[in-house]
Amino acid sequence: MIINGVTIDDTFAEAFGMRGIRLLITACNETWAMHSAVALTGFATSVIACGAEAGIERMLSPDETPDGRPGVSVLLFAVSSKELIKQIERRVGQCVLTSPTSAIFAGLDEGDPVPMGKTLRYFGDGFQTSKQIAGKRYWRIPVMDGEFLVQDTARMVKAVGGGNFLVLADTQMQALEACEAAIVDMRKLREIVMPFPGGVVRSGSKVGSKYKALSASTNDAFCPTLRGATKSELDERIGAVLEIVIDGLTDASVRLAMETGMRAVCRIGAAGGIRRISAGNYGGKLGQFHYHLREILS
Amino acid sequence: MSALLFTLRSAPAQRVDVGMLNPSALAGQPLADIAAISLHVGKRVLRVDELFELSGDDTADLVFRGDCSKLERIGAGMKAGRVTVEGDAGAYVGQGLLGGTISVTGNAGAFCATGMKGGRIEIAGDVGESAGGAIPGEMKGMAGGLLLVGGNAGDRLGDRMRRGQILVSGNAGDYCGTRMIAGTIAVAGSLGAYPGYGMKRGTLIVDAVPARMLPGFVDCGAHRLGFLSLLYASWKGLPGVFGRLDASACTVRRYMGDMGVTGRGELLVRG
Repeated sequence: MIINGVTIDDTFAEAFGMRGIRLLITACNETWAMHSAVALTGFATSVIACGAEAGIERMLSPDETPDGRPGVSVLLFAVSSKELIKQIERRVGQCVLTSPTSAIFAGLDEGDPVPMGKTLRYFGDGFQTSKQIAGKRYWRIPVMDGEFLVQDTARMVKAVGGGNFLVLADTQMQALEACEAAIVDMRKLREIVMPFPGGVVRSGSKVGSKYKALSASTNDAFCPTLRGATKSELDERIGAVLEIVIDGLTDASVRLAMETGMRAVCRIGAAGGIRRISAGNYGGKLGQFHYHLREILS
Repeated sequence: MSALLFTLRSAPAQRVDVGMLNPSALAGQPLADIAAISLHVGKRVLRVDELFELSGDDTADLVFRGDCSKLERIGAGMKAGRVTVEGDAGAYVGQGLLGGTISVTGNAGAFCATGMKGGRIEIAGDVGESAGGAIPGEMKGMAGGLLLVGGNAGDRLGDRMRRGQILVSGNAGDYCGTRMIAGTIAVAGSLGAYPGYGMKRGTLIVDAVPARMLPGFVDCGAHRLGFLSLLYASWKGLPGVFGRLDASACTVRRYMGDMGVTGRGELLVRG
């Protein structure tokens, strides 16, 4: 399959079942809501070492938030319910509770419970109070700028982590510009985040390493500087490869995001130095979700 | 189907417990069986159809008509459905209510909504003393749901209230929110003497500083409290003044008390 001069590899992205959650952060204005959201979703690029993968889904206008203030919707993903619960407690406690004027609410009504205010309330040292409003419980925790309002329990759902595609280009900058264009389009979608810096990752990994302590190591088959020294997937024209990783609340949202991103890359096409689109997988044996590139773009 | 109508043949001289005449208890019962239910009126035992003229057939929608001021425990313990009282109702309206709606177009007697755990009670007129309060011997009063009062409330509104919301469009009597454990009471009019006496936790929302405040309430200053925007938004569309509150106007003066007990309650004076 070739689209606008870009070869679509006959391969698939392999993604994994994860636990996902949406949280809504509000503050006195967009700036402070964003400060809190950026902190909450910081150091959350990969579950390999961060415990969670997270990102900002979108900005929320005052009429979309529970307390009528500007807000930010964030998504977080972890490999298990237990890990996600731990991450939520730590990240909300350290990044939202601490942020001036902030409040945080559940962004999903259905799913398994995740304690939020339920555990953070103890920061109030006995001065915390709860309110049950319209069937939902909230905690009011006194803090130095007033009260931190936090919903007692959020909800998590089964989700998908690790949808991906690789952009193979003539030069590093051409690969990056194509990925930037893809991210712009993908960020218009709901239910997904691209957790790496700017949505793009350069250090794709393979399973295993020559070093026993490491479970993953650099994906040498896609490293252009090793083209002559390893069993490379790259021909002589490819100067750089970048990857976009997608986590989503549903299989369909990840699939749509991949299609949106790949089409944006294809629009740039061979004229912009884009040669191929490929994807990362582990032979199909590890992840329960397989996204075949040609099927998505057909 | 039409609402099952209980029309009093004449106003009873003594109080009558009609708690068993509620949609949950009557569900599935034929009209003949409903007519044969025994009611205690003073020393006498009367059949329902001796006290009421019955018409209609929808047991999920009951209407009481006539002078119902001696009828007690209207809608008590019901789980779902609708009960309407055309005119005044007696004491204990909606006692232990679990769900559904009770509407009274006139006034209601004492202990309205006592032990209520869910559902909604709307009183267009006034309520007697201890609305949402605990009856003697009970450890807590209202424990959930919503009580809307279009007129005034008597003394000891929400005594020992545990959870739920009481909204009074008129005035409230003395000792409003006394011994309150939790929950929310909002009064649009004035409060009588010593609101929040013995209040442990919970929220009283008023429009002006009460004339006679307890010394056990301490001024904590004017603050924007975010939970109020959620609370006001949840009231949007309700009948009365509370249904028209501006959800963004959530700066209040906060008094905490009663310091004579745990002091975790609050009296919020709207700006």
